[in-house]
Amino acid sequence: MTSKPRDAATASSPLGLLLIAGAVATVGLLIVAPLASVFVDAFSNGPRAWWEALAHDPDTRHAIWLSLTVAPVAVIVNTVFGVAAAWLVARFRFPGRSLLVSLFDVPFSVSPVVAGLALVLIFGRQGLLGPTLAWLAVKVIFAWPGLVLATTFVTLPLVVRELIPVMEAIGPEEEMAAVSLGANGWQVFWRVTLPNIRWALLHGIVLANARAMGEFGAVYVVSGHIAGATDTMPLRVEKLFQEYRTPASMAVASVLAALALLTLVAKVFIERQLETESKELEAARVPGADTDPSTGGLGK
Amino acid sequence: MNTTSPSSIPNRRARQRTVLPGFGLSAAITSLMIVGLVVIPLAVLILRAASLGPAGFLAAAWTPRARAAYAVSLGASLTAAIISSLLGLLVAWVLVRLEFPGRRILDALVDVPLALPTAVAGLVYSTLYVEKGWLGQWLVPMGIRGAYSRLGIVLVLVFVSLPFAIRVVQPVIESLDKDTEEAARLLGASKSQTFLRVVLPGILPAVVTGFALALARALGEYGSVVFISGNMPFKTEIAPVLIVSRLEEFAYAEATAIAVVLLGMSLSMLIVVNVLQQRLVRNAQ
Repeated sequence: MTSKPRDAATASSPLGLLLIAGAVATVGLLIVAPLASVFVDAFSNGPRAWWEALAHDPDTRHAIWLSLTVAPVAVIVNTVFGVAAAWLVARFRFPGRSLLVSLFDVPFSVSPVVAGLALVLIFGRQGLLGPTLAWLAVKVIFAWPGLVLATTFVTLPLVVRELIPVMEAIGPEEEMAAVSLGANGWQVFWRVTLPNIRWALLHGIVLANARAMGEFGAVYVVSGHIAGATDTMPLRVEKLFQEYRTPASMAVASVLAALALLTLVAKVFIERQLETESKELEAARVPGADTDPSTGGLGK
Repeated sequence: MNTTSPSSIPNRRARQRTVLPGFGLSAAITSLMIVGLVVIPLAVLILRAASLGPAGFLAAAWTPRARAAYAVSLGASLTAAIISSLLGLLVAWVLVRLEFPGRRILDALVDVPLALPTAVAGLVYSTLYVEKGWLGQWLVPMGIRGAYSRLGIVLVLVFVSLPFAIRVVQPVIESLDKDTEEAARLLGASKSQTFLRVVLPGILPAVVTGFALALARALGEYGSVVFISGNMPFKTEIAPVLIVSRLEEFAYAEATAIAVVLLGMSLSMLIVVNVLQQRLVRNAQ
């Protein structure tokens, strides 16, 4: 995405300038203005008021704590799933493989609200497992496990999607060499696979974390929206807004927005590493060998 | 976004691949997650709706208020996806083909909507476009109400769907063969002819894919819309908002029926656009 433009000349033409102005206006009005106004509004009463809105409201404090405990768990679960699923799909052939790959994408096309409702229908009091869970005295819906499940669902595709193309491009040769030299499965994974996919994995984790911290719809449905108990940070933003406490709402929003900016910086850095590695991979390919670089290493 | 086609690996590797360990473990983890978290919940949702019976389902899912919500959802999502596709094409083209100071920053900013929680987007948009807001103070006197209106819904949906429209088209513009365009120009085609006849057919499949992703994202969006729309039944209430308000009334049957309709809309639209896109790819070849 950062390759050099090949057409620098037209930038000085009237049409080129017009197009640039249009693109800058689009991003400026739709993206930059809202982002800037979060911080301006959050600090409009000074940094002291901002800090008090965050730290002196026990419900807000609890929401920050809850987000910090729900998101990492969902991200860890999806990291394990993503690595396993990418290994399965990129290294083995089996019947139903392409169906499985398309199932990975389903959470992208299902409304988070619908996903949350589906979880309520299973784990809720009236749900399929409701009586069993009540007998076990385990609470899923309107509680922490439900938040984790909903967050895991919406972030499910993010890690696996990053890994599959990279693992397919690298190919299994190094891993097979390691196996033939006597390495066991875990040794192959830790010494060969993981170093090869580390930047792609990190990219997926960063994206999944951003989505997990910010998820609203699915979490809204399963949380029951109980202040001081099941409100995550995005839900707290909404509740404060509904209570006409917009400055406090903006303060919480500004923390989430800062996190989003941090995510973007990390993303740009990781993408640069990925670009360098894929160039190295291409350079390492011997011309005329079994993989033809012109087809992206994907064969005949 | 579906860049990994399973058929793209030669069979030769497939046979060698069996020496690698870990098939059982990775298959177990993957199927546990997919079956447990995706297949079973969606199956339960559909079965629950089916258990209402045809008449019961219609009574729950086809009320006047629900029909109005589908119309608002579809109308706003389609409008937003079209706007996102057009603006996305513009931004992607400028990022790939033109050099100007700040191009890399612009490129990075495009991803903001992917990282920014939608609740934050909804909150900020609603404060920007109200009468006293940064933009509302100019727009509201002109009769443009960007908050608590259908326009507001479209605005936030464009925000959340724009990155999809840009990021799908961008690599395709990068991969375009500039020689063909130069040849067309040398042979006497005007700039607009070159764009319409040479460039556009090459990038149209990507534009359609971007449109489909933007639409799917917009149809399901809840977090940002709930802030800005005002959620007035029959006017600015989208289907996901109606599902939530039914749930809060403990009307599970109705919520489930509406959810199945919404699920059907987004899945069938994805299929339609996928077929369309395959046809476009075939025509382009």
